[in-house]
Order: sequence, then C-alpha cells, then structure tokens
Amino acid sequence: MAMATDATSPGSPAVSVRRLWSRIGPTGLLAVILALAIALPILAVFVQSAGVSTDLWSHMARTVLPGYIVNTLVLLGIVGVVTLVTGVACAWTVTMHDFRGRGVLQWLLLLPLAMPAYVLAYTYTDFLQFAGPLQSALRAAFGWRRGDYWFPEIHTAWGAGLVLSSVLYPYVYVLTRAAFLEQSVCVLEAGRTLGCTAFGAFRRVALPLARPALVAGVGYALMETLADFGAVRYFGIDTFTVGIYRTWFALGDPAAAAQLASVLLLVVLALVALERLSRGRMRFHQTTSRYRALPAPRLSPGGTVVAWIVCLTPVLFGFLLPAAILIRMILRGGTELTLARFTDLTVNTFILGAAGALLVVGIALLVIHGVRHDRSGLAGGAAKLASLGYATPGTVIAVGILIAAGLMRDWAGWPVGAILGTTIAGILYGYLIRFFVVAYGPLESGFAKIGPNLEGAARSLGHTPWQVLRRVHLPLLRPSLLSAAMLVFVDITKELPATMILRPFNVDTLAIEAFRMASTERLDDAALPALVIVLVGLLPVIYLSRSIAAARPGHRG
Amino acid sequence: MFISKIAGLAFAAGALTAVSVQAQEVNVYNSRHYNTDRVIYETFTKSTGIKVNIIEGNHDELIQRLKSEGASSPADLFITVDAGRLAAAAKEGLLAPVTSPALEAVKVPANLRDPDGAWWGLSSRARIIVYALDRVKPGAITTYEDLAKPEWKHRVLTRSGTHPYSLALTASMIEAKGDEATEEWVKGLVANLARPPQGGDTDQIKAVAVGEGDVALANTYYVGKLITSAKQEDREVAAKIGVVFPNQSDRGTHVNLSGAGVVKTAPHPENARKLLEYLLSPEAQRQFADGNMEYPVNPAVAPHPELTKLGSFKPAAVNAAAFAAHTPQAMRIMDRAGWK
Repeated sequence: MAMATDATSPGSPAVSVRRLWSRIGPTGLLAVILALAIALPILAVFVQSAGVSTDLWSHMARTVLPGYIVNTLVLLGIVGVVTLVTGVACAWTVTMHDFRGRGVLQWLLLLPLAMPAYVLAYTYTDFLQFAGPLQSALRAAFGWRRGDYWFPEIHTAWGAGLVLSSVLYPYVYVLTRAAFLEQSVCVLEAGRTLGCTAFGAFRRVALPLARPALVAGVGYALMETLADFGAVRYFGIDTFTVGIYRTWFALGDPAAAAQLASVLLLVVLALVALERLSRGRMRFHQTTSRYRALPAPRLSPGGTVVAWIVCLTPVLFGFLLPAAILIRMILRGGTELTLARFTDLTVNTFILGAAGALLVVGIALLVIHGVRHDRSGLAGGAAKLASLGYATPGTVIAVGILIAAGLMRDWAGWPVGAILGTTIAGILYGYLIRFFVVAYGPLESGFAKIGPNLEGAARSLGHTPWQVLRRVHLPLLRPSLLSAAMLVFVDITKELPATMILRPFNVDTLAIEAFRMASTERLDDAALPALVIVLVGLLPVIYLSRSIAAARPGHRG
Repeated sequence: MFISKIAGLAFAAGALTAVSVQAQEVNVYNSRHYNTDRVIYETFTKSTGIKVNIIEGNHDELIQRLKSEGASSPADLFITVDAGRLAAAAKEGLLAPVTSPALEAVKVPANLRDPDGAWWGLSSRARIIVYALDRVKPGAITTYEDLAKPEWKHRVLTRSGTHPYSLALTASMIEAKGDEATEEWVKGLVANLARPPQGGDTDQIKAVAVGEGDVALANTYYVGKLITSAKQEDREVAAKIGVVFPNQSDRGTHVNLSGAGVVKTAPHPENARKLLEYLLSPEAQRQFADGNMEYPVNPAVAPHPELTKLGSFKPAAVNAAAFAAHTPQAMRIMDRAGWK
C-alpha cells in the first residue's frame, strides 16, 4: 500500500528536491550545515557507541547504574527547584518593587555567574568537611570530638545540589528579569483592572508570560548540572557523567561510555521535546508596543528588609562566602605564581573568551536567521541537535572532536596534529559546540519579541532576508547579542576540560592553572587563579546587568 | 563582518601561541601537573638550547589525542603519572622503543622500565598506611590486607575508588592474590570505612590527625610535603601521624610509578631521547626527589632526607605494566563491593 501511494505521488525525486530547496532556501541550508557541523562531534560519540558490550551493561545495571540514575535525578530535582524559586523570587523582587539598595542588588545577584562551579565545590568541601577549618574551630572551642555533635555533611547530593544551585540560579534570574522588564505594562494593568491583586497579576499574568524565559533559565541550569564533572567529583556524588568517566577510563570501555553518553543526550532531547509539546500553540509576543517604566511600589522598611534577605542570601552563598574563603586561602598560602606567568594566563583567558564569544554568537546568529526563513523544519531540527552540546560533558565533546578530526585525517588527509598543536581552532570549535545554545537562546527570545510584523513590513518594502537581518533585526537585537556574547565569554573563562585537551602547546589559562594546583592538592595555591577567573568574569557580568536594565523599552536607553 | 573579525582574532591568537617551526625543540604531552617540573625543563633548555613545548592533560585524553593526530602528531615525548597508561599506549603501538648507552648506564631497576625501552620510569611514590600516633600502636597494622580486618571497623579512611591510585592498588592486589581474595578484601575495606570515600590523599592524612578515622591510605609525597610545609598547621598534622610501609614481610609495598616514552611518530626523536636522558640524569632526578618528594628511579640519587627518615622499604618487585592490565577487573570488583 505504501508502494502504491509512492507511485501515485506527484513528485519524482528531482521535484521533491526542488520543493525542499524552495522551502529551505540558501539561508536555511547554511543554517543546517552550520548546525550539523556543531553536532558532528556529538554524533561521532553516537557512532563510537556502536560496539555493544552486554556483559559490561549487566555488570553496571547490577552495581552502579541505579546509583548514577538516582543521584542524577535527585541532583536535577534539587537544582531545578532551588534555581527556579531563587531566580524568580529575586527577579520579581528587584524588578517589581522599589526599595533602598535595589540598584546594588540588581547586579550583586549576577556575581555568582562568574564563579566556576568546581571552584565553589572545592572551597566549600574543604571549608566544611570534618577536618576543615570550621569544624576544627568548633571542636577546639567546645572540646568536642567525633560523634559529639551534628554537622550537616557537605559530601551529599544536598550539598552538591545547593552549591550548584547557588552558581546556577543567575541563569533563571537573568532571563526572568529580562522577561519581566520586557512585558508591556499594559498586560499587567489589564490584569489589575480585571481584579487581580499585585501578587495575582504576578502569578496569573507575569509568570505565565515569562514562561519561555523560566524554562530556558532552568533548562540551562539543568544542562550545566548534567554536564558537570568537576564539581560533583569533590562531593563524591556519582552522577551519570561521573559514570561516563568511570566507564571510559577505569573500566577501559569507550564504547560503553559512549552508550551512556548517548542515553544522557537522548534524555535531554526528550525533555526539550516535552517542553515544546506542552507549550503547544502558545505564543508570547507582546500585543502592544506601549511601554513605560514599570510601576514599582515603594516598599516599607519592613518590606525592604525582607527584600534584602531574599536577594542577599543567594549572593552570600554563591559569591561572598566563597570569595572570602578564597581570599583566606590566598592569605594563608602565598603563591609561586610569577607576574609574567600570571599575565600570560590572564591574557590567554581573555583572548580565548573574546574570540570564542565572537565566533559562537556570530554562528548562532547565522543559524537562527536560517531557521527563521526555513519552511522545511530541517534547520530547526538541526539547531536542536546542536543545542545538545550544553548538556554534554566537556571531555566528551573534546574527545568527540578528536574522533571526528581523526576521521578527517583518514579521509581528507587533514594535518590534524599541526592544526591542534599550533592554533586555537580546536578549542574554538569545542567552545562552539559546548556553548552554542548559550548564545542561541538569548537570540531566539530576542527574535521572538521582535515578532513577525516588522519583518513583513521590511520585506514588503523590498528588502531581502539578509537586508532585513542587517538593517532591522541587528539594531533591535543589539542587547540580545551583547547578552549572548557576555554569557559565552563568562562560560569560556570558566571552561576547563575542553580547553585542557584541545589547546596548542604552551597555552595555559587561569582555569587550567587552578586545576593544576587543585589536582596536586595545593588548594591554597589554586585560590589565586580561581579568584582571578572570577574577577575576569565580573566585568562582563556587570556590563550584562547594566545592558539588561537599559534594554527595556520605555526605560532610559 | 563577524567572520573576518573571528578569523582575525583566531589568527592573531594562533600566531601568539604558535610553536616556532625549528628543529631545536621538543614537544611533550604531559600528565604531570607539578610546578617543580618546570625547573627541570628550563634547565634542560639552558644546557641544550632545545625548547620544551608542553601540553598538560589527563593521560587517557592525551592518548586519544595522539591516536586522532596519527602520523601528523607533533608529540615527541609522552610523560604520565601512571606507568600503566604508558604500558597501554605501548601496547597500542603509539610508542617507539628507545635506548642508548646513557639510558642504560642509569641502571633503572627492571620492574621500573619496559624491557625494550618503550617506556622508562622516572619517579615513584609508595602507597603507605598513615595512622594516628595517639590511637594506634606501632605494629598494629602491617599490611594492606589488615585494612579489611574487623578490628578496624569504622576506622579506615580512603579517597575515591575511581582514582587511579585506588585502582592501581586494587589491581596490584589482583596480581598478587587473584580475583576472589581481592573482592573479599575490598568488601572488608569498605565495611571498615569511617565515612564514604572523599577528598584527596592530603585530606585523608588531615582527617586522621583530627580523629575522623584512625588509619588511611596515602602516597608518600603528600606526607613528605606536609612534613616540609612552610605552614605551621601542616607540620602539626604531620606530627600527629605515623606511617607504615605495608607488606614488608612478603611482596613489598605497592608503588605508583611516573614515567615517559618516546612517541613513535615523533618529529624530533633525537631531542626526545635527549630529554629522556636528561630526565633520568642525577640532576633532574634530584629535582624529582627534592622538589616533589618522589623516590627517584636512578639508584645513584637518594630520596629527600625527610622521606629517608620515614624508613627504607622494600617496594613490590612486579612490573607496573603487569597489574595495569588488571585495571578494568579492579574497577568491576570495586563496583560490586561498593568502593565508590
């Protein structure tokens, strides 16, 4: 029967290719090619997983696999709930209320973005463990011994979840705050005139309208959690990603490790699809362009105190406390770092961050432009595939690149060794794969807010899609482009595993230096490079904060 | 516009960091992360004029990079903290056997090198048992096997079982006693843990000093670093612990061996050999010993005096490559027994 329908269908292959071409167009095709190039090393991991080792799987199913799954789910649950509640509460507090210190809190809340999760992990585990300074001081002060007192154990899923949340909530905060700021005051006022209380308008109007931002923010946090290896290792929590490393390196089975990685990626794909499905036909454009400064009620002194407590708590745990512990380590330890090496590390970190941010944002812009003009759905699907990189552990990406590069060497005779050994092409490719969605997300929501009307008008006035992009979209997208670039820059300054393995000779970054010291158990010496990573990341973070506030239509711009 | 900017920046960055194309250099893939090693490379460059270019990374990832780069790999010398990985790389045909009168003259013990010279040990660290001086009598524990005895219930501290040091110890146990006995041992050890495995070797030593447990596994050089630390609190920790070199009356103490091998496709094989010879020379070996508190493989060089004070010991005579083959089996046993 299938044959019969095929035979009677109007198109020969040539016709259907032509029809596909008319739907996808040159911009769409470019997007598909770019997105597939990003997905290639991830696909290489799937290919690698072909060899089946059933014996090893049954061993893992009987021993460690249930633990990997449970730990990962518990961690995701904690991070999901904590980042959502913290991010939304803080965004609502600083956006919709006026109180003393609001301006300071607005950017203080972003500081944890600059703090690498693995740095937070080792500062907290070192500080809070039994032999650490805090418990030692307590024992000395009260004459306690082991078992005399209760102290929360940091080496648990709760410890790891809370610590990860305290650096990941800014993703929810940034995107939710931007969403609140971009909501036309009209919809909120309409809600109020229909009888909503202020909180009711928040719950029933603002929050549902901000849904894409909430989902994107929590999605980032969860994907970072899935990809994390550096931090969970310090907590001794065996997650799926730890399992991938174990299987690969200790059990010596790359195929089984790639299978585990594939399962991880399929779960992420399923989650992404599920969210899209549940969103259904909902759209989130603003129906009016009437904007003015949001009406922020002035808080009472009591309200101000509550607002400060709400907003300062995450900053305390995600930035102030760990920064203080790092400074304490530096003061205790001193450092062997010479000024020349220190400068070298900082300059390398900057160059990689800047080059990576430009590349990733540029490519993401080309892809999303293509996706918007593609009517075949292919480009959108390819972009989804390319987004998987963010949930993929850096080492898996790096090794995926190496496998793909090996294939290019065999087939096309590429001098892979010379390229990796002397240029930063390999690292930049790694960043592109890992952080593509970090740029793509803000651009996507930026485009969504512009809506189709402007483009329609420009096209009817005779602009080509490329001219629309350059003359209409780019100026309107400027804030989104900058946010995307800043986020990618900060992520790159913190990135470790892909940089480590894909770099050319003699190129060290601050993150690598911090890792070298920490891995040889010289935590005090790791503190200085770690703190400088934070400082390097701080500049774009502060800039980001200013640009979000300024980007609101109706605010001073 | 974007593209040209990116290309410009990438090029600029590439040019900044590019390895100059000249013969007087040697390219090293290195999984040792010690600052003290830098002195060795700098001294080598000063005396030979050969520039040392380095990429540091995890040994398994570096092996993957070597494989992907194939004949176009710039790597000349591969240095690791785990000779077992060198043996694995040699087995995959990534390393070329190298020897010379200078290398042979060092008289590296047979168990610390490949018989053909595919890899050479550089330095070793002994896996010792650290105990609390105030709670454990000297002689109460003398072997790795003792750690699994019921009397040590809730008193034993270790780092993660996934760490190469733990894996290598279990693999050496398989080599010495077979699968079943090893599984019993790991089960006993896990049952005796004072807390779930966590932290590094230094964390275990500190935990013994403050009473979280009474005995712990650690490497000698971490003990040595605490003893010679500039920090008062580190020396106080060291003063509270004693050390045992396990299994002196039978197979000897397990050692973790760091080593190096010349890459088969090395573009500068002569320079790689020269660097290898230098790494085994008394001058560089002294730096491994004094700078990083490791035991030199060159018998002509004595360990750091503080390590000598810990006592001389009999290391296990088995070749590092022999138990490296047991690593996957060791991981399975540890998975079953729950050494996380």
